[in-house]
Amino acid sequence: MNAGVNYTALAVLVALFLLVTVMGFWASNWRRSENQESLDEWGLGGRTFGVWITWFLLGGDLYTAYTFVAVPAAMFATGAVAGFFAVPYTIILYPIIFIYMARLWSVSYRHSYVTSADFVRGRYGSRELALAVSVTGILATMPYIALQLVGIQAVLEVVGLGGTGNVFMNDLPLLIAFTLLAAYTYSAGLRAPAMIAFVKDTLIYLVILVAIVYLPSKVGGWAHVFEAARLKMTSVNPATGAPVGVFIPAAQSYWAYATLALGSAMALFMYPHSITATLSSRSRNTIRQNATILPAYSFVLGLLALLGWVAIAAGTKPIGLDGKVNAQLVIPQLFEDYFPGWFAGVAFAAVAIGALVPAAIMSIAAANTFTRNIYREWINPHATHAQETSVSKIVSLLVKGFALVFVLTLDKQNAINFQLLGGIWILQTFPAIVFGLYTRWFHSWGLLAGWAVGMTYGTVTAYNLVNPVTGNHFGGSVAMIPVIGQLGYIALTAFALNALIAAVGTVVLNVVKVPQGRDETTPQCYLADEGDPRVEKRLEHTLPSI
Amino acid sequence: MSPYQSDTGADSPTNKPLMAVAAVLLMIPVVGLLWVGSYAAVEPVVAGFPFFIWYQFMWVFLCSACTAAALRLIRMARPRQTGGRR
Repeated sequence: MNAGVNYTALAVLVALFLLVTVMGFWASNWRRSENQESLDEWGLGGRTFGVWITWFLLGGDLYTAYTFVAVPAAMFATGAVAGFFAVPYTIILYPIIFIYMARLWSVSYRHSYVTSADFVRGRYGSRELALAVSVTGILATMPYIALQLVGIQAVLEVVGLGGTGNVFMNDLPLLIAFTLLAAYTYSAGLRAPAMIAFVKDTLIYLVILVAIVYLPSKVGGWAHVFEAARLKMTSVNPATGAPVGVFIPAAQSYWAYATLALGSAMALFMYPHSITATLSSRSRNTIRQNATILPAYSFVLGLLALLGWVAIAAGTKPIGLDGKVNAQLVIPQLFEDYFPGWFAGVAFAAVAIGALVPAAIMSIAAANTFTRNIYREWINPHATHAQETSVSKIVSLLVKGFALVFVLTLDKQNAINFQLLGGIWILQTFPAIVFGLYTRWFHSWGLLAGWAVGMTYGTVTAYNLVNPVTGNHFGGSVAMIPVIGQLGYIALTAFALNALIAAVGTVVLNVVKVPQGRDETTPQCYLADEGDPRVEKRLEHTLPSI
Repeated sequence: MSPYQSDTGADSPTNKPLMAVAAVLLMIPVVGLLWVGSYAAVEPVVAGFPFFIWYQFMWVFLCSACTAAALRLIRMARPRQTGGRR
């Protein structure tokens, strides 16, 4: 199956890749403003994106190449709980963010916040809490960027590149792709992924709709697909003596399914890249209008998940160039088996370009976070706008370089483990950010204590999960929930503990009257909209805090 | 008194009942999908699709309808702040 290079597919892939590279460089001229020096320009696209650009940008940002590879892979390998939970997750996501993201937009617009840690700094006047939020954001984002590379690698491997020969030649295509991405992200900032997102999303919709209409009929129809999936999932795995996976969750998996969906939905918009895309929008309600139209991507993700089961019926053999079974290759392999070379090339381009958009936004978001909340806060408090922008641009390169080294030198299981941990970690910033959008009741040191406990509990619990077959740590995302006694998503359990500690800590700290920082926001800041006056920094100290 | 008081739309107070209805609309999809026991079943199969699968796909549309309705209500409840300019 993998005998040699599929040249037709490769040619189409390269052509589409060159197209987005040109667009990426050209994007620096797109919607250009006069104030080039501000981090608002490079890092947030000038905060001018309307409903449709934001739709493409957020869609391109949240539904990453890794998602497109990993979700069907999970469906193929272990079934509905590990894979299909992505559907309820990305549906309930929207009512949840509808509630609080507009408030975050308003207060960030009013005070020119670029990151969530900026908000935490302003709301609680606590540089320590802001540091915790920013470090968590950066730590959670890094492996996510690395996994985008894993998405590109999966495509290149099925095309026939990499895997054999010398190390340098293996990784050369990935190196070139990422160097080009780094270059145009450096020059155009957030405008580059915003522009490329149009291509990415169009290709994804096209490829998945074609596949979902065409493939099931080729393998015997939907009824046969589900029957094949049921047979595989209910058969017994000789290594564990348990069923291979889950076809439809039984009662003991209800909590796992629901907590995975809820915890992931609450966590997603705590990631710096989601916040960057949200803050780049023009007005308070852009994100809410998007909450009504973004589910279109969730529908497509659901179809893609089902392709994992289509692959079961098709008898797809996802075998890597090293000869080992790798479920992550299942979708590229399915396309190569059933489609002519040129269309497989389009599909591969959809995945590869699908990796570039989130990788660019994530690196920009991590760079903004470093610049605003570590560089300006702790290293150079008097940084000018121009200095902030240049630091951010350089850090975006470093972040990508780090991700590349991470993927090329370590086993990719490390990236997957860290991304699993990243999801647990990022949810621990939820209390400081989202509770803070509604109330100043929580004490900043109480929130910090809750964060520390949640991070520790989540990390230790995830480490202690050992995969029964391989014996490796970080064997999954679900563990027994104390008190409730059901299997649930570790991140959500850690979050509950975090919130509890923050509340108890607040009461104690208030009793012993521990002082805390000044709140620079007012209740009106949380409702501000486009066109409202922005707070001048020099006025800050004269404002009354309510 | 904050200097910002003037642009919060103090002249058009927030309509609380409408906001409450919007909140309920936003809760419906969350409850519907987190109540896994209500839909973890094969039957009824529609066009080959088990209930578990098509029911969750159906929520994509129901959820969009709920959030769109909630947005309309919020704009009615807070006419000045939400503007509806674009």
